[in-house]
Amino acid sequence: MTKFAPDPGRPILRARTRHGKISGGAFRPREWCCYKSGREQNRTPRGRIVNGLLLPGLGTVVLALFALGGVSVVAPRRLAVLWSLPLCAAGAVLALAYLAGGAAPVGMVLPLGLPGMPMSLALDGLSGFFLLLLMLVGVAASAAALDSHGAYDSTAPFFPAFIAAMALTLLAADAFTLVLGFELMSLASFALVLTNHRDAEVRAAALLYLGMAALGAGCLIPALALLGARDGVWDAAFAAIRAHPPEGWRAAVVLALVLVGAGSKAGLAPLHVWLPPAHSAAPGHVSALMSAAMTKVALYVLIRLLFDLCGPQPIWWSVPLLVLGASGAVLGALRANMEGDIKAVLACSTVENIGLIVVGLGLALAARAVDVLPLAALALGAALLHAMAHGMFKALLFLGAGATQHGAGTRRLDRLGGLIHRMPVTTAAMLAGGACLAALPPSSGFAGEWTLFQAVLAAPRLGGLGMQVLFCVVATMMALAAALAAAAAVRLLGVGYLGRPRSPRGAAADEAGPPMRWALLGLAGLSLLIGLFPGAVLGLATPALRLLAGGAAPLRDLGLVVAPAAEAPGYAAPAVAVLLGLAGGLVWWVVRARSLANGTAGHRSGPAWDCGFGDPPAWLPFGDPATQYGGASFAQPLRRALGAAILGAREQVDMPAPGDRRPASLAVSLHDPAATLLFARLGDWRDTLSGLADRMQFLTIRRTLSVMFAVLVLFLALVAVLEQL
Amino acid sequence: MSAAAGLLLALAAQLLHVALMLAAAPLLVGVIRRVKARLLGRAGPPVLQPWRDLLRLARKQPVVAENASWLFLAAPAAGFAAVLAAAALVPSFALGMASAPVADLLVIGGLLALARCILALAGMDIGTSFGGIGSSREMTYAAFAEPALILVVFTLALLVGTTNLDAIAAVLREGALGLRVSLGLILIAIIAIAIAENGRIPVDNPATHLELTMVHEAMVLEYSGRHLALIELAAALKLLVWMTLIGTVFVPFGMAPAGALPLWWATGMLAWAGKVGVLALALAGFETAIAKMRVFRVPEFLGIALLLALLAVVFLFVSQGFA
Repeated sequence: MTKFAPDPGRPILRARTRHGKISGGAFRPREWCCYKSGREQNRTPRGRIVNGLLLPGLGTVVLALFALGGVSVVAPRRLAVLWSLPLCAAGAVLALAYLAGGAAPVGMVLPLGLPGMPMSLALDGLSGFFLLLLMLVGVAASAAALDSHGAYDSTAPFFPAFIAAMALTLLAADAFTLVLGFELMSLASFALVLTNHRDAEVRAAALLYLGMAALGAGCLIPALALLGARDGVWDAAFAAIRAHPPEGWRAAVVLALVLVGAGSKAGLAPLHVWLPPAHSAAPGHVSALMSAAMTKVALYVLIRLLFDLCGPQPIWWSVPLLVLGASGAVLGALRANMEGDIKAVLACSTVENIGLIVVGLGLALAARAVDVLPLAALALGAALLHAMAHGMFKALLFLGAGATQHGAGTRRLDRLGGLIHRMPVTTAAMLAGGACLAALPPSSGFAGEWTLFQAVLAAPRLGGLGMQVLFCVVATMMALAAALAAAAAVRLLGVGYLGRPRSPRGAAADEAGPPMRWALLGLAGLSLLIGLFPGAVLGLATPALRLLAGGAAPLRDLGLVVAPAAEAPGYAAPAVAVLLGLAGGLVWWVVRARSLANGTAGHRSGPAWDCGFGDPPAWLPFGDPATQYGGASFAQPLRRALGAAILGAREQVDMPAPGDRRPASLAVSLHDPAATLLFARLGDWRDTLSGLADRMQFLTIRRTLSVMFAVLVLFLALVAVLEQL
Repeated sequence: MSAAAGLLLALAAQLLHVALMLAAAPLLVGVIRRVKARLLGRAGPPVLQPWRDLLRLARKQPVVAENASWLFLAAPAAGFAAVLAAAALVPSFALGMASAPVADLLVIGGLLALARCILALAGMDIGTSFGGIGSSREMTYAAFAEPALILVVFTLALLVGTTNLDAIAAVLREGALGLRVSLGLILIAIIAIAIAENGRIPVDNPATHLELTMVHEAMVLEYSGRHLALIELAAALKLLVWMTLIGTVFVPFGMAPAGALPLWWATGMLAWAGKVGVLALALAGFETAIAKMRVFRVPEFLGIALLLALLAVVFLFVSQGFA
């Protein structure tokens, strides 16, 4: 690599062409690659004082949450969630104040940590944005946990510790603190997943989750070690890494390790296999935190390492993100149509949404690599907007799933149905969340996906023909994922919450308690606000965009219009909502006026027409539940058309001949390709390797000694060779 | 012309457009039915018959299944409102209507998806198997239609640089882009998508009540009275929206430009009537000539649309070199 003499006080840009050489043309200082200049902006005395207070404030919140976890081991367990709520609320207010106040980067060093390497915390636009998301979800999850009546007391101390660990990860300013927070987060959530540990399925899910967490740690720690190592010195501080971003093979290895390390936690395909079982096993408020906040913390780590610490990198860096993101989106959305457990459906849809967000990140990397900064800001803004939208509506849906399990005794779609009559508030909240999940205007999900689509539609000017075709295929897969997610949302709500009850327990479901209802309504309200004013969220993300993409959020007209370019027409969510409201109001008014004038207002009730089927027999008061469409039947067309190819879906229909009184049966089997192609093979290799290692136990003493001798010689030879280099 | 006068004009064009769309939608269905009947050698009902049916239905009090929820009662009006909002965004005879800055193709697609999801949920609300089968198939078809639609939008966005329908129509109206192979390919693709989205032959048969083959009709089987009137009007309006969309994008000629005087509107309306009329005749002829296909062949039908649209995009990349 050619070395340029650094101009003192001027940032060095390492923009490389495809061949790894520094291209002369791109060698010019720019705002976005110069992290330092971003750090030093907004240095008015007042801003400094306010920001200087906010970081210690947030640090105190984190500390208090950790302390709360410790204290609640001995104190009444209920205190853990009771006090988490105001602490998270305080954290949300602080994060919001920080973002609204311009988000000038601040840092502080703690008197803790490894010898000679104190832990340091920092706050900038990116961590502030994710902290706001985390704390909002934390408030809702704490409120929902208050409604549990002591069911989750056994693991209650881990709840505040989990939130605190996530916040610590977001605040970390050196590799050690980041890993500490990340691994505490993994361990606390592992304990929380084990809340109902008497169930064998829960234990299996938690074990799989722990294994994936170990894999993630096994990749993330070497990645950070590689980033920090330089000329024989290891400096873990982010500022030091930022000053010397990795190059050449080192950068490629870091990319791969970060994609596995952070991607496995975020649920990036093909490392998403743990999400459906773990989210199903955890209590509702925990899965809400894991799915809405923890996956976002993992994405934060991905952004922090790939965008911030690695500096500008060549355009091919975006390819793995685009490919993995788009395929994960389709796979997750398709699986969401096949699952029979509400939480598994929601977990698969998380995989889909994470995939979409990662596509946005990949687009931003590609645009930044070729210096199209407005597009980089648009793509990164879209990813952040969708992350915030998804954080809110997925927390809403998971809390609703928890309320459903509490009220109706099950989460299985084929045992639910008709909950809209018994649980009206929960169902209304789930409908609001479902609209976001299906990306219907003017919901928050639509705002996020609209912006993502604008980014991908503008992307073809970034690269050559190969990249263009890739963008085009990615756009198609995103559309397929969005449409499949809409089908999954209709299936989830239509089978689970509408129709007739499918079990006596479901027919007697109870509405959720007041704290849960408030949490659901609060999250639904937040989702609605994000949907109506996506510009506000993009405004909050602007400091992060300036820092990482060098551009402002794509906004116009007081932030009411999200536009892909300054002059281009955009998406005006308030106008669309007003248009829908006007149309709805007009229809309602005309229909009402006419029916009042005709004397046909209201409606008459009668038995369902159902193409002339008769009344149900007396022993089936709600009709025969089996004559409704269920989850498996709703998914049948998609299972045949796409599932057979992608998921290897097989159906076995046992249809008895006429006169035979056996019940007919349908058995469906399908496999996630990530599980069959990747993890099953890995498992086989592990068994083979452990079988080989097992032989070592039974060697004779002569052979053992010769093996040891051979290893020693090899080791010495290696040392000698390394000395020569 | 002052800004205020321009705004008033845009607003007037908008209101006239919505009124015309509402009035013309059942007429369009009447024309198609009449032409199909003539092609089959029958006399066929008068063109005004759909309007008469709608008014007759609107006078009737609906009968609702006992276990219906509020969602079932609200769905016809909500679904109709979503289609009406989409209809307000698709320019018919004049560009530069009041809704032009909002008229994004993705938003229009989203509003139609909103209407579809509302009706699909309503189909599941009573808990009968017909509603379920209709909802399931409707959502499946949409899953195959939407990727193709996004590729069509992708092509237009590459050519024009925006997804705003008004801006796209304005650029294409200039004729500066000329005839392009890509435009021809996505025209075929969007026609296939429109057929699937509107449940026309060969994807679905709007006239059938044969239980095993129906999609849309199965979904709304439990509706009656004024609820049914709203749903049928929404279905007719949706067909007109798609036809107008195809006409506006691919044959934008004759439309009044933005800020034109109302005299222009008359030519615009004539051109619009001509375009929709030709499409209606073509649809009637096509439906007479072809048989409905099996449910599981529909993904292949839409897959062809997807491939054509993909070909259009790749062709554009190769021919223009967008690097």
